[in-house]
Amino acid sequence: MAFGTTSSQHKSKKRSQSAAFFIFRLLSFSVVAILIVILGFILIQGISVISWDFLTEMPREGMTAGGIYPAIIGTLCLVAGSMIFAFPIGILSGIYINEYAKDSWFKRFIKLMTNNLAGVPSIVFGLFGMTLFVNQFGFGDSILAGSLTLGLLALPVVIRTTEEALKSIDDSFRIGSLALGATKWQTTSRVVLPMAFPNIITGLILSIGRVSGETAPILFTVAAYFLPKLPNSIFDQVMALPYHLYVISTSGTNIEASRAMAYGTAFVLIMIVLLANLLANWLRRYFGKKVKMN
Amino acid sequence: MNSVETKDVHLYYGDFHALKGITMAMKKNQVTAFIGPSGCGKSTYLRCFNRMNDLIDGVRIEGDILIDGVDIYKTNIQVDDLRKHVGMVFQKPNPFPKSIFENVAYGLRVNGTKDKKFIEERVERSLHQAALWDEVKDKLKKSAFELSGGQQQRLCIARALAIEPSVLLMDEPTSALDPLSTAKTEELIHQLKENYTIVIVTHNMQQAGRVSDHTAFFYLGELVEYAKTKTLFTNPKDQRTQNYITGRFG
Amino acid sequence: MKRYFHNLGERIIEGLIMISGTVTSITVLLIVFFLFKEGLGIFSQTPVAEGSVISVHPQNPVQELTANEVKEIFDQNITNWKEVGGADAHIQLFQIDDITDYYTEEQIGANFEYLPQRLNELVTKDPNMLAFFPEEYLAPDFKGKRVELAKISLGGFLGGREWYPTIQPAVQLGVLSLILGTLWVSLGAIIIALPLGLATAIYLAEIANPRVRNILKPVIELLAGIPSVVYGFFGLVVIVPLIQDVFGLPVGETALAGSIILGIMALPTIISVSEDAMRTTPRAMKEASLALGANKWQTIYKVIIPYSMSGISTAAILGMGRAIGETMAVLMVTGNASVIPHTFLEPVRTIPATIAAELGEAPQGGIHYQALFALGCILFLMTLLINLTVDFVSAKRKENR
Repeated sequence: MAFGTTSSQHKSKKRSQSAAFFIFRLLSFSVVAILIVILGFILIQGISVISWDFLTEMPREGMTAGGIYPAIIGTLCLVAGSMIFAFPIGILSGIYINEYAKDSWFKRFIKLMTNNLAGVPSIVFGLFGMTLFVNQFGFGDSILAGSLTLGLLALPVVIRTTEEALKSIDDSFRIGSLALGATKWQTTSRVVLPMAFPNIITGLILSIGRVSGETAPILFTVAAYFLPKLPNSIFDQVMALPYHLYVISTSGTNIEASRAMAYGTAFVLIMIVLLANLLANWLRRYFGKKVKMN
Repeated sequence: MNSVETKDVHLYYGDFHALKGITMAMKKNQVTAFIGPSGCGKSTYLRCFNRMNDLIDGVRIEGDILIDGVDIYKTNIQVDDLRKHVGMVFQKPNPFPKSIFENVAYGLRVNGTKDKKFIEERVERSLHQAALWDEVKDKLKKSAFELSGGQQQRLCIARALAIEPSVLLMDEPTSALDPLSTAKTEELIHQLKENYTIVIVTHNMQQAGRVSDHTAFFYLGELVEYAKTKTLFTNPKDQRTQNYITGRFG
Repeated sequence: MKRYFHNLGERIIEGLIMISGTVTSITVLLIVFFLFKEGLGIFSQTPVAEGSVISVHPQNPVQELTANEVKEIFDQNITNWKEVGGADAHIQLFQIDDITDYYTEEQIGANFEYLPQRLNELVTKDPNMLAFFPEEYLAPDFKGKRVELAKISLGGFLGGREWYPTIQPAVQLGVLSLILGTLWVSLGAIIIALPLGLATAIYLAEIANPRVRNILKPVIELLAGIPSVVYGFFGLVVIVPLIQDVFGLPVGETALAGSIILGIMALPTIISVSEDAMRTTPRAMKEASLALGANKWQTIYKVIIPYSMSGISTAAILGMGRAIGETMAVLMVTGNASVIPHTFLEPVRTIPATIAAELGEAPQGGIHYQALFALGCILFLMTLLINLTVDFVSAKRKENR
């Protein structure tokens, strides 16, 4: 075969490549199509329900009319509560794993446990939260119990995010700081953490999006079926958006009549996730540009 | 007078015997250069002087290392105090992602200095000493990353000088720099030895010849020969030193 | 002095960091402790419905019945005492509603005040009687023999096909159908998600240009971020009716609906894990293949895929783990019938969905409550097994590098 001529073998090689690549491209874009269908369907059906009243009124008439105000407030309380718990512990834990722990069986054990906790199904968190926080600690069905359960669920995500962010910081910065007589904590807090901050914050925002949509962990720790008032303390029960959506789409008093309410609730849930993702992407780009400028 | 003195220092990375009984003394206000082929232990040895090897898991050190007469591996020595006393400049410039000013002030701040005026004066003086002041005096608030590689390295030197160490360790400080920046740095080393004891690790024998008063040649974890730089380069006593200098291995 | 406080502060922070580092481990241990403490309680329980008595004539030789035997008797599938180890005689069933067949209202009393006495008479009169009645009507001097139900055994729990945790007179706690239902739906999800996910991973890792990647990556991230209850809702209002129409089924809530939704939910895990694995293929290896005249596609399937096989299998296992543990979406679309599935077009019920649906109604500390915790244990062990497998595989992979 002379170099440069096109053999039939070459042709079939090329054909199989284009066929394969075409299929891959098609399947990849079908993933995008799935997302567009889901988002599009819920956003289109939901947008007509959304109004100022829907967002700020109590549910009425067996949750077939009115708004979802208490569920929005409830979810806000739960997200805030879980993050107050999960952020500090998760970040410190990530610092421990990446900065402090020596390479020993103990570190491997902690990493293994963190990985395993990340794989524990959310309903098991619900069972655990109910026995430990609701019953054992006597918090009852409350914001406190729900927040702690959600916080534990978010912990592995926060830890992993922190760990990854810290890992990407070059060791030369740590060594440079230590060589100037800085202590380990000074090095971590003044040099390493500020550098890792953009990545950590991006991960945290994404985890907020996740936590706000979790249902199973709050089923038996806080969520109220119908409670048209706002909480007064962290020992109160609240309604929550994801549970509310579950209730009115499967077991409400009149499922057909509350369908519009369900679309509206799903819309709000999607918007929270969408905004969290957009914000995270924007931050990534913003910080990315800043780094490039340097 | 000896600034750094070591007696029979052995260092192990796990099972690997990296330094084999090194005894030597480095004089105050002199430049001592460590040369030798890669992996000969010269950098490892240098890092013993400010206990940077502590950061690596599985390192074991035997023998005595005295800096200004104090045994630095004694238990009552605070390692961060030691590092304040023994500054270090690295192979690759590693300024922090902070402003030029904050980079130099960092060492002062972490050591508890709060006096603003004092910090400003010290930063200016250190930048002067590092021959960088004129180039950066108008952009102290700018990010250190905006400086060129050579400027960054001099910034790192200024950063080390700001905490007034008595010994300055330099680990191949010019290997990542262009020839012009290298020349500037070497000139700087010359000026600095008036006030500091300098120990420099270098791959570049010409550099050792240009900047140092004494030179030590390391090979396979051993100190083969240690003498006045001129003597070592012109009249080496050991065959291995001669082979290295004449380029027969390395 | 200043030095001292400086060091003290450093020590305190170090301690705090270390303590935080152990929180996840402690949580896992606590989860195991509480889950198993409640869950294992089931094996010391007898499966008789709460507050009920099963009783026979005092001379009846039968001492103990299993939950299943009781159910079969009450379903009239067992009608002779011989079949459960007694004499050859017909079993005379008695439930509390049957009381009027034997006594007049006067004899019972307007407020059932004579009922305990009558029940006592009944059981001692008919030697073939098997009576089931609420404990509150148990006379203080009851002369009948209370039949013990066999304790729930591990084999009976895992191997039992029937899950009727509140049925009278003896609860049926067999989880086989739930375990199979969980695996069935998850397997379906992986079958749907794996080809799609793998193709996308290959496309992202090797084919797509950076601009397309920058679009696809956030899309996948978003897919991972959508709450499961929204997936469930979407499944309920779109996919379930669709399946019902397409296959002409009486109900659209089927294993297939669950698998489709779970498959979509497992996609992000599968894509990102297998893409990461493919990206670690050494450049030199790819270049060697290209230099030998292989084109890009040949390099992908002859070099990159074999090289990243362990990563791809990790992705599949992890995706399976996500699917097994998923609760809300499955609860909303699979119909939750506790029967062993035979096709994808039947309703099924998974373990997480069972816990979510029933725990609210199970009285705390009761047999049903404990049974749900035992289900939680099974679920935990399944996912633990999956996680440990993944840890093992990835540790192996690192070793081989």
